Amino acid sequence: MKKLLLAAAAASICAAPAVAEVKVGMITTLSGGGAGLGIDVRDGFMLAIAQSGRDDIDVVIEDDQRKPDIAVQLSDKMIQSERVDVLTGIIWSNLAMAVVPAAVNQDVFYLSPNAGPSPLAGKGCNKNYFNVAWQNDNLHEAAGAYANTAGYTNSFILAPNYPAGTDALTGYKRFFEGDLAGEIYTKLGQTDYAAEIAQIRASGADSVFFFLPGGMGISFLKQYADSGIDLPVVGPAFSFDQGILQAVGGAALGVVNTSQWNKDIDNPTNAAFVESFQAEYGRLPSLYASQGFDTANLLLSALESASPSDADAFREALRAADFDSTRGDFAFGPNHHPIQTIYAREVIQEGDVFTNKIIGTALENHSDAYAADCKM
Amino acid sequence: MSAILIIEQVLNGLQFGVMLFLMAAGLTLIFGVMGLINLAHGSLYMVGAFAAAAVAGATGSFLLGLVAALAAAALAGTLIEVVVIRRLYAAPHLDQVLATFALILVFSEGTRWIFGSFPLFLEIPDALSGPVTLPGGIEYPLYRLTLIGIGLAIAVGLWALIERTRIGIQIRAGENDREMIAALGVDISRLYTLIFALGAALAGLAGALVGAIQSVQVGMGEPVLILAFVVIVIGGIGSIRGAFIGALLVGLTDTLGGVFLPEVFKLFMEPGAAQKSGAAIASMGIYILMGCVLVWRPTGLFGARP
Repeated sequence: MKKLLLAAAAASICAAPAVAEVKVGMITTLSGGGAGLGIDVRDGFMLAIAQSGRDDIDVVIEDDQRKPDIAVQLSDKMIQSERVDVLTGIIWSNLAMAVVPAAVNQDVFYLSPNAGPSPLAGKGCNKNYFNVAWQNDNLHEAAGAYANTAGYTNSFILAPNYPAGTDALTGYKRFFEGDLAGEIYTKLGQTDYAAEIAQIRASGADSVFFFLPGGMGISFLKQYADSGIDLPVVGPAFSFDQGILQAVGGAALGVVNTSQWNKDIDNPTNAAFVESFQAEYGRLPSLYASQGFDTANLLLSALESASPSDADAFREALRAADFDSTRGDFAFGPNHHPIQTIYAREVIQEGDVFTNKIIGTALENHSDAYAADCKM
Repeated sequence: MSAILIIEQVLNGLQFGVMLFLMAAGLTLIFGVMGLINLAHGSLYMVGAFAAAAVAGATGSFLLGLVAALAAAALAGTLIEVVVIRRLYAAPHLDQVLATFALILVFSEGTRWIFGSFPLFLEIPDALSGPVTLPGGIEYPLYRLTLIGIGLAIAVGLWALIERTRIGIQIRAGENDREMIAALGVDISRLYTLIFALGAALAGLAGALVGAIQSVQVGMGEPVLILAFVVIVIGGIGSIRGAFIGALLVGLTDTLGGVFLPEVFKLFMEPGAAQKSGAAIASMGIYILMGCVLVWRPTGLFGARP
């Protein structure tokens, strides 16, 4: 009898950790210039975790300060000392390239809520790496496709001189069928675009495409609006997200931008997400917040059917992507990147808040150009 | 490449230069008179921009915003001089760098704490928005022309202050021999606070003026700070005239290099590659300029000869 009790006690002690505790490490940017993006991803992610009602998911959140070396340190700490099962959260492609390959090779799962650098979609793809947002080129490709339908034939294009900037112009050119009136690489972090705007004025273009994320886009749009040039502008959603539109003000009104998400996508998950996000945080969600929310829901859906300790089953469960996305239909391609519809949105004013409205579809069920190179 | 485009780019370079001058003037005075390396000068630029955005947002008046920027930056400058910097005049430069770097972090996170992580909105006043047509058919934004005007006016004002007033005499004396003017009965500690506040106010004004056409966000001051250091090294540390010439040189080199180098590269490369390598070389332009000036004159254009 005593032996039996002891055995039972031992069994219950051993069993206890098995039912509970999935550990998730979130490395994201919460301080410095790019903090708005990380905060949105974190808030969206934590909202979904809270709504799931599960208390056996332990999320460790750390700030990478947008520095690759710090991100690497944090991921080493999370993998080796905190022993997380799943990593997520990185915003910037250069940080993702520093962290992701090493992490997935240590049998940790990585779910990307934002960055989608091309190497990780092509030759460097990995069975433990899932991208829930987009491959970097996607929104720019959609902008190129939109420019065709809008009838533009001569675009002036500009982006910062760094890998994601090159990807952006490559993506636009891949789909845009017209000519280029000019192609400019600006400095990363540049704040004054007077020289570029003068070149646009002199170029004879019929449209402008730009990829200038965050503060760079705010500066460009304000200066462009003040220059008196009235050529139409197209860009990816990164310069028109909810976080920065208020800072651009009227200068962005009417600009068309491409995004895989918007708050008016009509499905119950999205409606509930927008409403609960506003109720919880007192502001409108951005596309980054929707990506964080979707990432957490993907994770939750996989946890329903498998535990990360059974890596193969858990991977299959992730690949199935059996969750209700804020974007409606959502599926992974063979390289674990989304196949999704990308919309054209227009900046509008609702009361005194600037936001976006969907005006059409730019690319339907779009995959990426690198999937064929991925040998998993 | 038309003449109009070239003139427009020269105006752009001038405008960039005079705004850099507002930053560099304070930095060079503080270094010249007090021997202090103030890394937090960029934070005062940010304080000015945020104060202007907050006040202009609340009252709807850009002018009130500018007044608030001047006041807030001068106040923040006075505060850090009295609380932190005053203890560091005798300390080695490394300690000053450490303390003022800490101030950058304090200001950045403090601003985030008050205003949040998202950029603020500051708009060009209606009266100054939109382009004007200059003689020769050049369309140029009125606001940028105004910036050039304000920058030049302040340069003249500073020159008058330093060359023509009693305070100016004290400042120049302070640069030459601190102990001596203290011995002559000038309240040196008050003079230091005054110079610091003046430098801070100029930085704050620059932040507010430039904030209207750029993004008012945490960390906006640091890139400008680096350029301002390049300016004062080129101009010669401690020299207002040097800061003015240096700022215009840096502004013009940066703007014109970024536009014309890729064009030059296109003569012997295909356009895409020419753009990329031209842009890369152009971004080094001001540092190459600084290197050349230092080889020619190791103390800068107007620096004191050793």
